[in-house]
Amino acid sequence: MATAIGRQRSGLAEALRAAREAAADGRGIWSWLATVDHKRIGTLYGFTALFFFVLGGIEALLIRIQLARPESTILNADQYNRIFTMHGTTMVFLVVMPLSAAFFNLLVPLMIGARDVAFPRLNAFSYWTFLAGGLFLNASFFTGGNIFHGDLGAPDTGWFGYSTLTSTKFSHGHGVDFWVFGLQILGIASLAGGFNFIVTILNMRAPGMSLFRMPLFVWMALVTSFLIVFAMPVIAVALFELMFDRLFGALFFEPAAGGNPLLWQHMFWLFGHPEVYILILPAMGIVSEILPTFSRKPLFGYPFVVFSGVAIGFMSWGVWVHHMYTTGLGTVANAAFGVSTIMIGVPTGVKIFNWMATLWGGAIRLNTPLLFAVGFVGMFTIGGLSGITHSMVPSDYQQQDTYYVVAHFHYVLFGGAVFALFGGAYYWFPKFTGKLMNETLGQINFWTLLLGFNMTFFPMHMSGLLGMPRRIYTYSEGQGWDLWNLMSSVGAFIIAFSVAVFIVNLVLSIMRGQKSGADPWDGRTLEWSLPSPVPHYNFAEIPHVHARDDFWHRKYTEDEAGRPIPVVAGGSDGHEEPDGHGIHLPSPSYFPLLASVGFPVIATGLIYDYALVPVGAALLLVGLYGWAMEPATEEAL
Amino acid sequence: MTLADYRKIRPEDLEAKEAETGAHAHPSALEYVQIGIVLAIVTAIEVGLYYLDISHNLLVVLLIGLSALKFSLVVLWFMHLRFDNRLFSQFFILGFLLALSVFMVAVATLHGKLV
Amino acid sequence: MEQAVVSGHQLETSTGLDNRKLLMWVFLASECLFFGSLIAAYLLYRDRSVQGPYPSDLFDIPFTSVSAFVLLMSSVSMVLALSSIQRGNRRGLQIWLFTTAVLGILFLSGQAYEFTVFHHEGLSLSRNMFGTTFFVLTGFHGAHVTVGVLILLSLFTMTLQGKITQEESLPIELAGLYWHFVDIVWIVIFTLIYLIQP
Repeated sequence: MATAIGRQRSGLAEALRAAREAAADGRGIWSWLATVDHKRIGTLYGFTALFFFVLGGIEALLIRIQLARPESTILNADQYNRIFTMHGTTMVFLVVMPLSAAFFNLLVPLMIGARDVAFPRLNAFSYWTFLAGGLFLNASFFTGGNIFHGDLGAPDTGWFGYSTLTSTKFSHGHGVDFWVFGLQILGIASLAGGFNFIVTILNMRAPGMSLFRMPLFVWMALVTSFLIVFAMPVIAVALFELMFDRLFGALFFEPAAGGNPLLWQHMFWLFGHPEVYILILPAMGIVSEILPTFSRKPLFGYPFVVFSGVAIGFMSWGVWVHHMYTTGLGTVANAAFGVSTIMIGVPTGVKIFNWMATLWGGAIRLNTPLLFAVGFVGMFTIGGLSGITHSMVPSDYQQQDTYYVVAHFHYVLFGGAVFALFGGAYYWFPKFTGKLMNETLGQINFWTLLLGFNMTFFPMHMSGLLGMPRRIYTYSEGQGWDLWNLMSSVGAFIIAFSVAVFIVNLVLSIMRGQKSGADPWDGRTLEWSLPSPVPHYNFAEIPHVHARDDFWHRKYTEDEAGRPIPVVAGGSDGHEEPDGHGIHLPSPSYFPLLASVGFPVIATGLIYDYALVPVGAALLLVGLYGWAMEPATEEAL
Repeated sequence: MTLADYRKIRPEDLEAKEAETGAHAHPSALEYVQIGIVLAIVTAIEVGLYYLDISHNLLVVLLIGLSALKFSLVVLWFMHLRFDNRLFSQFFILGFLLALSVFMVAVATLHGKLV
Repeated sequence: MEQAVVSGHQLETSTGLDNRKLLMWVFLASECLFFGSLIAAYLLYRDRSVQGPYPSDLFDIPFTSVSAFVLLMSSVSMVLALSSIQRGNRRGLQIWLFTTAVLGILFLSGQAYEFTVFHHEGLSLSRNMFGTTFFVLTGFHGAHVTVGVLILLSLFTMTLQGKITQEESLPIELAGLYWHFVDIVWIVIFTLIYLIQP
């Protein structure tokens, strides 16, 4: 293999050629930069999101250190506002959404019997654009002056950026601009992913895999993707409107000129409510895969769980005003949305009952993935219940803007989504690495996380109902909040310990985890029929699917009592495994990466120096053109 | 047709079917031009109505009706939804109706006037 | 021999529909939300301007009617372009594709002229709610038309290079769908914003 080392002639052309060859070979960093393989893209998403999780977690620890005692001075008000804004924005957009994207990427093609997604380069573009957006958003920290003197330039207006606080009059500096552009870039990444998975799931299923034979996780990916493609445009417009106000003097949210800050709230929550279902549905999908495997029973009421997921998708568009009960829209609006919000609890409840029924009577194995899945069901239910209390307008009048709300959404998003994502990590880690994560460390991880999580967030129900407002950097003593805050802060450090255990487990298991084999959990879905780690072409032969949980049925039939009996030599196709020669896979490409670099350059230009805008636009256009003109697949692998 | 039925149709069959029924799978160039003329006439009527001295509400109803007609002609014929697989129509209608409903509600809560 | 994932030659999809065409329709559905938001903002603020100039001061309905007519006709030429290549008529494709692009550019020129006139009359983004919402809504529409024109011109170049054939005419069809969508957005805007004034 020729390299550029030691060569004199046209160094650049030579280097590019070598890079292209290395990419095609699948080796080295170039191959990662140009990858269009969904498994690699999923891995990139996962590790990047993990990095941001640690970052967001540090922000959380800073918050909890500051609030551990009354009248603390560890962070001043300005720093506190920036930290909590970034914590929320990071956890929503840079952690949970990309982790869901990671799981979609890694699993959807395998679960439907495909070799990749419908648009592999669009997939790569999603990832690189996400990375660009995440880095751009965090770059804001450095724009406030001297970061080592504690001058943070990050946005300080909350993850929901309410107007008129975000106007240039009330928010100086460029923090909000970074927030606006960062989210726009991230939105593009999410949209690209949403489109890709809709087409993939509808169009690339293996023969015989009807929609009702798909794993439930794939159904949730489909519903989530529809929510993404319909919700993201709304926040994109809201962000454009804010951008025009801030950069060009427009009046969308300027009350003196006739503008209405409530328009921002409508737009934000029209996006925001579907967004929270975007955050939770993939996690529900993960749980719906883990519970059956570790109960050795099919998911109870599969059609009901599917229809509930679809119903939640539709209904999520009809509840957004419940975030605005206290803004004075009037009794008609409040009452109508109060009713719709109560109703959306129904399909969720249906799912919870079906999960419990899945476990009931099953041959349960208490491995780490199951613990996290059961933890999800418990914690999410608690969060759902506090959510139902929010749906009632009168009680929400007391709860709005207090820590009770913080308790609610952390129970559903952390106790819910994050727990499920951890469970999914333990569950599918062997599939992609060929090794098991350490079970002892997994148990320590789970139990300390359960303890730490509840210790952190349960007290917030109390401090909230006792009147502690959100988004305050300190509080006076003697209001009855001191003990609860201290408990929360201690709990936060237990969470930190647990996350550290996870990371240690991850690293150790990657390095020298016990070999897992193809199907360590006796799984039900198609991905477990493949070797671990999965070959780059996925399926040597696309399977023909005859039933839901087709792989399980290849392995087992049932006796009269409905108990599984292994089929002799069923399930294992593996002896003369075809080696995948002659399979044409999409070629790697650098153009998605190139295009995505254009976005932060354009954004920087719009904030600081318009001369950069054409530069960024050129990068974007060259990237897009190159992508459009190159063939998707070159000959012969 | 259900999704299951779509799957059973092999591409070769689809081409054969289209070859048979040819003409009514795609409108002819003449038909497209005729639709274009209708679009132009309807636009002229709309502009004419604008100048007429009729009540605001009547104007609104008529204009919305006429533009809905133009909208439908373009979507059904030019964008071929009338002849294409139902799935495309379903997606488009979903997006369109969703946008229409949520924004009507949002504007109504802020006591905006839609027309 | 297995059929691999090759998006240009999609033979077997679960729905029988081409991946790219499915993508385009989902994209257009999502664009309904995008333009719906902008139109809603315009309608919300329709008579909330605290000072002029107001729509009735500035709108030149005859001029904009011609402009709307031009865009409608460009949809006709677009569908004729597609119709041509579907019958194997490459010459027709080139002529009609070019015509569509020209009509698109004509529309954009009309928009540019209108923006300039309004600006001279004192309307700007920061002048009043009408300026804010009008320029942003029609500006984004114009940006979409511009992207459309660029796509049309690129496709036109490809037709000169013989890269578009009767069998491989999907790019024209997809460009057409996008172009018609941009046209129907204008149908909505023309009626709701220009013809129905407060």
